[in-house]
Amino acid sequence: MSIFRRNPDPIGPLDYARRFWLRAIVAVTLFFLYAPIIGLMAFSFNDSRRNVVWRGFTTDYYVKFWNNDSLMLAFANSLTIALMTTVVSTILGALTAYVLWRYRFPGKAVYEGGMALPIVIPEICMGVAMMVFFARIGWPAGLPWPINLGSITIAHIAFAFPFAAIVIRARLESFNRELSECARDLGASEYRVFRDVVVPHMKPGLIAGALLAFTLSLDDFVITFFTAGPDTVTFPVKIYSMVRFSVTPEVNAASTVLILVTLVVTAVALWVQNRNNMIGKSAH
Amino acid sequence: MENWKSSARAFWVSMAPPTFWLVAFFIIPLSLIWLYSFSSKTGIVEITLDWNLRQYARALEPVYLGIFWKSIWMAAATTAICVVVAFPVAIAIVFSKPTMRMWLLLLVILPFWTNLLIRTYALIAVLRTNGFINNGLDWLVTHADWLLSFVGLGDNMLIGPYRPMALLYNNTAVIFGLVYVHLPFMVLPLYAALDRLDRSYLEASLDLGAGHFRTFFLIVVPLALPGIASGVIITFIPAMGSYLTPDLLGGTDSYMIANVIASQFKQANNWPFGAALSFLLMYATFFALAIRAVLMRKEGRGDRR
Repeated sequence: MSIFRRNPDPIGPLDYARRFWLRAIVAVTLFFLYAPIIGLMAFSFNDSRRNVVWRGFTTDYYVKFWNNDSLMLAFANSLTIALMTTVVSTILGALTAYVLWRYRFPGKAVYEGGMALPIVIPEICMGVAMMVFFARIGWPAGLPWPINLGSITIAHIAFAFPFAAIVIRARLESFNRELSECARDLGASEYRVFRDVVVPHMKPGLIAGALLAFTLSLDDFVITFFTAGPDTVTFPVKIYSMVRFSVTPEVNAASTVLILVTLVVTAVALWVQNRNNMIGKSAH
Repeated sequence: MENWKSSARAFWVSMAPPTFWLVAFFIIPLSLIWLYSFSSKTGIVEITLDWNLRQYARALEPVYLGIFWKSIWMAAATTAICVVVAFPVAIAIVFSKPTMRMWLLLLVILPFWTNLLIRTYALIAVLRTNGFINNGLDWLVTHADWLLSFVGLGDNMLIGPYRPMALLYNNTAVIFGLVYVHLPFMVLPLYAALDRLDRSYLEASLDLGAGHFRTFFLIVVPLALPGIASGVIITFIPAMGSYLTPDLLGGTDSYMIANVIASQFKQANNWPFGAALSFLLMYATFFALAIRAVLMRKEGRGDRR
């Protein structure tokens, strides 16, 4: 209580982080960012259909979510798409990163710009482009599961792998090129150098890139919304149709599940990156 | 870096798959839209490519120019609010202790990893007629009235009864939602810019008698200007192309450009016109990115001095 006794550690002129007003603004901003999400999660346990006032704790809506076949199918669709996207995006991202890191070639700046395009163009443009593309080439409808998810997966890979490439390339920057030259001098083939020297160094980047691709795919709504057919509903698209219909605790429960899945994946990604930074620092 | 010719086979093998994917499933779909934007709709489903500019001319009609203007205006308002809110937050983060700094940054980024749709849905629960804000204010008014009844001013003589405000389905709700979604976009570049700042300038300014506000506006803002500009553009671009926020939080008059594009492709079923609008939005995005690139280059030159 600095009002009553002299503060033993006075606030310095540049100690902005300790000034009351700045602290208040940070607190209010964080409240603004988190209160709606926490409210949403809390109300998924609310024992009231109208979802207006708190009526008591229940996990009914999670049970309902579990027993809701169309929601569970959408969830399974999303996870399947995300897994396939992750595998392909990581491979394509690693190859892109490797090419851009290793080689000099004519038109490289244009190539890099092209690879950044899926990241920078508005989602809606990519969404409608994908919709027109699949309609135009006559992508067959009514295929058996999970092949019917192909078009969405293709679209997800197209926007996820450039992100993965950026993460993996950042990791490659710390690679000592002499190691691969050394391996080549000792008679290793190009493929062996890549597999036994480059990939082991890339690994943390591969994991981080894979997790990024997974969350990007799992979270995407706009591009999926335009690519999805009536029988290929993903979790966010399903939630969207429920949100349009009404605000019910089921939507809250479903949302909470999706938030938790994303949070766990992100936490793992951050942990992997952080651990590698630590290892990287101690090695130098 | 080695020349690609030194190991041409390995180069082609590793370059081919990502290039194929990018061209087949990104460049070709976009080119298709580009061709559509020069086509005309000749039937319910038939579209003929006849290289006309009618779709672009139609986009310049007052209705659509108005929507473009509205998108720019809403994105600008969002960006301005984000700058005002994010600046103090970024300052507080930069000047905190290293461990605290990491946690604060994480806290700012974390909502970013939550699904956009879910965050927008969460705002519906906050803003709707029976939402947290209206219910909270109702509770306050009811209890204030109850307190006033002790001094004989109860029974809604002085205040109340509370009438819920229409917070949802209007432009304010859309801007509120856009700020909510894009705030992390602004905090991070500002943080990066302020972190690079040489603090001795601030100390000198304060030592020489300038107040905190004067130091902020005459020293911090000019020095951090490239970072601010970068943050402004990074926030502005996605805000202008937002689809979901105006769709869920906006009313009938809060249509932004992305919503018009979507309706041209879905309900209105006029693909050529939707394609032209998409490309206009993309050109606007590229223009903003070009400005950012120029500013970044300027900043790089400034550092070398």
